[in-house]
Amino acid sequence: MATSTNQSEIKVKVENLNFYYGAVQALKNINIDVYANKVTALIGPSGCGKSTLIRTFNRMCDLVPTKKVDGQILLDGENILEKHTDIVSLRRRVGMVFQKPNPFPKTIFQNIAYGLEIQGIKDKSLLRHKVETSLQKAALWDEVKDRLNQSALGLSGGQQQRLCIARALAIEAEVVLFDEPCASLDPISTAKIEELILELKKNYTIIIVTHNMQQASRVSDYTAFMYLGDLIEFGVTKQIFTLPKHPKTEAYLSGRFG
Amino acid sequence: MQSNVNALKNKIKQNLAFSVLIAALCITLLFLGFMIFFIAKNGIGVISWEFLTQPPRDGMMYGGIAPAIVGSFLLVMGAIVFALPLGVATAIYLQEYSPSNTALRIINLGINNLAGVPSIVFGLFGLAVFVRLFGFGVSVLSGSLTLGILILPAIIAASQEAIMAVPLSFREASLALGATQSQTITRVVVPSAAPGILTGIILAIGRAGGETAPILFTAATFYKRGFPTGPMSEVMALPYHIYALMAEGVNPERQTLIAYGCALVLLALVIIIALSAIIVRNKHRSSYGH
Repeated sequence: MATSTNQSEIKVKVENLNFYYGAVQALKNINIDVYANKVTALIGPSGCGKSTLIRTFNRMCDLVPTKKVDGQILLDGENILEKHTDIVSLRRRVGMVFQKPNPFPKTIFQNIAYGLEIQGIKDKSLLRHKVETSLQKAALWDEVKDRLNQSALGLSGGQQQRLCIARALAIEAEVVLFDEPCASLDPISTAKIEELILELKKNYTIIIVTHNMQQASRVSDYTAFMYLGDLIEFGVTKQIFTLPKHPKTEAYLSGRFG
Repeated sequence: MQSNVNALKNKIKQNLAFSVLIAALCITLLFLGFMIFFIAKNGIGVISWEFLTQPPRDGMMYGGIAPAIVGSFLLVMGAIVFALPLGVATAIYLQEYSPSNTALRIINLGINNLAGVPSIVFGLFGLAVFVRLFGFGVSVLSGSLTLGILILPAIIAASQEAIMAVPLSFREASLALGATQSQTITRVVVPSAAPGILTGIILAIGRAGGETAPILFTAATFYKRGFPTGPMSEVMALPYHIYALMAEGVNPERQTLIAYGCALVLLALVIIIALSAIIVRNKHRSSYGH
């Protein structure tokens, strides 16, 4: 399903989603359709709820003990917010790349193999194969193939971030979430990650949170503009950036607040 | 002009503060150096192959202290084997699973208080519980358990600190890859915290090796001809042997020299055990890319 090129196929459907941190409502009645093999960007000023939203897609928001959530998020038609949802298998299907590169203090090889080993995969040749193909998909293989057994912490920030992407691809995620993946990277590394995202959407569904308007317009097919927990506008990126319907979207994109 | 004067003033202040700190360091090192020098100078005379490998004879005046070396080694290792898994598991529970902050605070308060209990109290506890109640008798086992409880608070505290220092981002990365909480703890959190935990163990080794009171009634004996044969046998131990040499006997001068020799050996033993822990830690650090 993940590799389908059907234009209109909805991979993730958010319906009437409300999210609370204690008494504070962080997301207010959100409805978004995320299309398969497209890049969907979440933009908006700090505190608008975009990071909260992206963290509901793989239930990383569960780490907050006081959270409360209602509504539905349908992944291939199945609600992932149910109590009995298997979070472990959900997170294998929905990978995540964080704001700051967070490789484990292990070797490059071990970093990629980790997600497979915790599934009980011990076959050395299978692991080697998966590590190689994942690193190739993340456009990192040529740079690290001779140093797989060296610490991942010796890589540059941009390389570390691509390693984290490879780590998510190794477990055969279908959806990849990027939470401001370039926030701590230089322009050249950023360009490489953006190029990679465009390449990855052929086989994956991608959701990206970004503070960088240019980045959103460069990489995304759909854009959601959020403000103070509300989804103000959602649509095709080109339309949002050229002809925003809502005055708030227009004001934000033209830099009048945010 | 005024700013030049101020800059000069600041520079003098800076140098003065620096000198005070250096002086504090020197005084600390001086005490440490003097102590080691004093023990080494007085003790080195009695050190010989026989001293290290033979049991004592002729009322502890001649022969060696080998049974006490073996005894101390066994007691320390036993204490570590008992306290390490228990302490690390407790720390993991408290940091990763514990139900509420209030409960955590109360338990931590209890653990910290345990660390402040005088060691003779641990000795009496060991006598009442391990020696009598559990019927282990005066033995390596009873002594190790008593020493283990003594060092438990230090190991828990060090492990907690080390676990707390593991960045949240490592846990998030692991969970986001579909790892369960227990997989995240065993494969990411504990390996990352291991160097800090080992540092705690190194300090605990010194403590366990040097304590006399906890083994007084639980493991140690004045004099034993042969080597310990198993966990249930009484043992000689270095700190207690030093005490015995200084407190009893008929030849105080000769005994004092032997006591210094014992102190030197005890120092060396603790350093050797601690060094091996340090080597393990450094090896671990480099393999984990710290």
